[in-house]
Amino acid sequence: MSEKIVCIMCPLGCEIEAGVKEGELVEIEGYGCEDGKEYAEQELASPKRTVMSVVKCKDGDFPTVSVKTSEPVEKEQIEEVMKALSEIEVQAPVKAGDVIMKDVCNLGIDVVATRSVKKVQD
Amino acid sequence: MKDGYDCVVIGAGAAGIAAAVKCEELGLDVLMIESKERLGGIPLQCTHPGFGNFYYDENLTGAEFAERLLDRFEKDKVEYMTEAHVSSIGYVSHLKKKVEVINPSGLFSLDTKTVIYSTGARERHRFETGIQGDRLSGVYTAGEAQTLMDIYGVMPGERVVVVGSGDIGLIMARRFALENAEVVGVIEMQPFPGGLTRNVVQCLHDFDILLHTQKIVKEIRGQKRVEEVVTADVDEELEVMPNSEEIIECDTVALATGLVPYTKILDEMEAEVIMDPVTRGPKVDENLETSVPGIFAAGNVLTINDYVDFAAYQGENAAESARIFVENDGMPSKDWIEVKRGRNVRSVVPQYISGCREVTLNIRVKKPEPAVDVMIRETDERIRTTSVNPGEMLRLNISEEALVGLENKMTLEVER
Repeated sequence: MSEKIVCIMCPLGCEIEAGVKEGELVEIEGYGCEDGKEYAEQELASPKRTVMSVVKCKDGDFPTVSVKTSEPVEKEQIEEVMKALSEIEVQAPVKAGDVIMKDVCNLGIDVVATRSVKKVQD
Repeated sequence: MKDGYDCVVIGAGAAGIAAAVKCEELGLDVLMIESKERLGGIPLQCTHPGFGNFYYDENLTGAEFAERLLDRFEKDKVEYMTEAHVSSIGYVSHLKKKVEVINPSGLFSLDTKTVIYSTGARERHRFETGIQGDRLSGVYTAGEAQTLMDIYGVMPGERVVVVGSGDIGLIMARRFALENAEVVGVIEMQPFPGGLTRNVVQCLHDFDILLHTQKIVKEIRGQKRVEEVVTADVDEELEVMPNSEEIIECDTVALATGLVPYTKILDEMEAEVIMDPVTRGPKVDENLETSVPGIFAAGNVLTINDYVDFAAYQGENAAESARIFVENDGMPSKDWIEVKRGRNVRSVVPQYISGCREVTLNIRVKKPEPAVDVMIRETDERIRTTSVNPGEMLRLNISEEALVGLENKMTLEVER
């Protein structure tokens, strides 16, 4: 049995074909790079996605800071992560790359800021 | 602020920031003008990745990409103004342009030798797409909805219809779904999705969002707020099929129906900036100089780019040209060769080349074709591609050698 997977690692969108026999991956072709190969293997085993959103930010020049998970999380856990993000508020200033939330939902993955927010004095 | 500059860059998105940084690094006296309160442009509100694959060789989110560019901008201490609107550009002489600026402290007039115009694009609005109905709350362009959600943290609605399945439509559909809104459908008039396959997969399939192809939204209805849209089926020629109307209940409509270069101030100039009716941006030569000497264009105002990286490269290209202009009191004159569009070529930027140096061409095709050659008819120079697609801009580097023998004529075409 073979499965077709469209790679989402970059805009090229390579079509990867994976041969599966008795639940085991036996051959894989069509990937354009090592990241793509890893993606296809992961997609067959258990699909993962990087989660991106914004969280509330207090006293900033923007009222939100954009964030992402430092690693992709299992698809089924996306909702849980989104919920956790909706419940927090951070304090400006924030620098892009700052850890906003450590070990989100006990997944061993951090949430990091992708945008800087300056503190505004009032 | 000084009275005179070598270069004024208008618009601080990806192209503008890259241009201003490059100008500074090339030793030009440069000023950057931005109308918003923060530098960074549209990438700043993009939480999703897909930025910087070429320019930084890394897959960054839009905001990360903007931050990266701004780090260099701040390190180089480039002079800038925010909340400043350019109201006009006057052509005084070959070496002098007058830029009129309005900001919260008043009106200013600046002299500059060159202008890099990098104001980006605007989104097509509902009346351009022919959607009938009342002016209700709950109708947004995709970009407006993104600003509300990802800058201001406000949800535009709960039950959303997305019009248009280009990458912007697909990415916004996912964004709504992630924030727990119900995306009741993405409406596309073509028989196929407009965006990249990877976005159909990770934005629609991941969230079980329905894509309705060969459908249009005819009308938006409601009392004060959107309550429903009326869709209709269209055939291959995009003609509406009779009795195909259906109603979809929703409280929000997000329009992702395309971008148009935002050329307003160029259009209003007394000296004529000649526009390309296909790209709807200014016609330029390989220096990205418009028909008005010393006025350069870069980024989405020049042509709608698929990747932010290309906008940044165009900004750098324009900055390099501004340096040549300033050092030589104008661009060295050339016999420009117009790039003619042959078989299956919809648009090409730049529209003029010198033929005596390497050039990067941004090409869009009319229809998809597998395994074709993009070729220069006059020199028989061919570049093999695995496939061409109207949704994907081809960016081809044409070497100096490949241009030998043009004899003032160049036709670009796609050959099977």
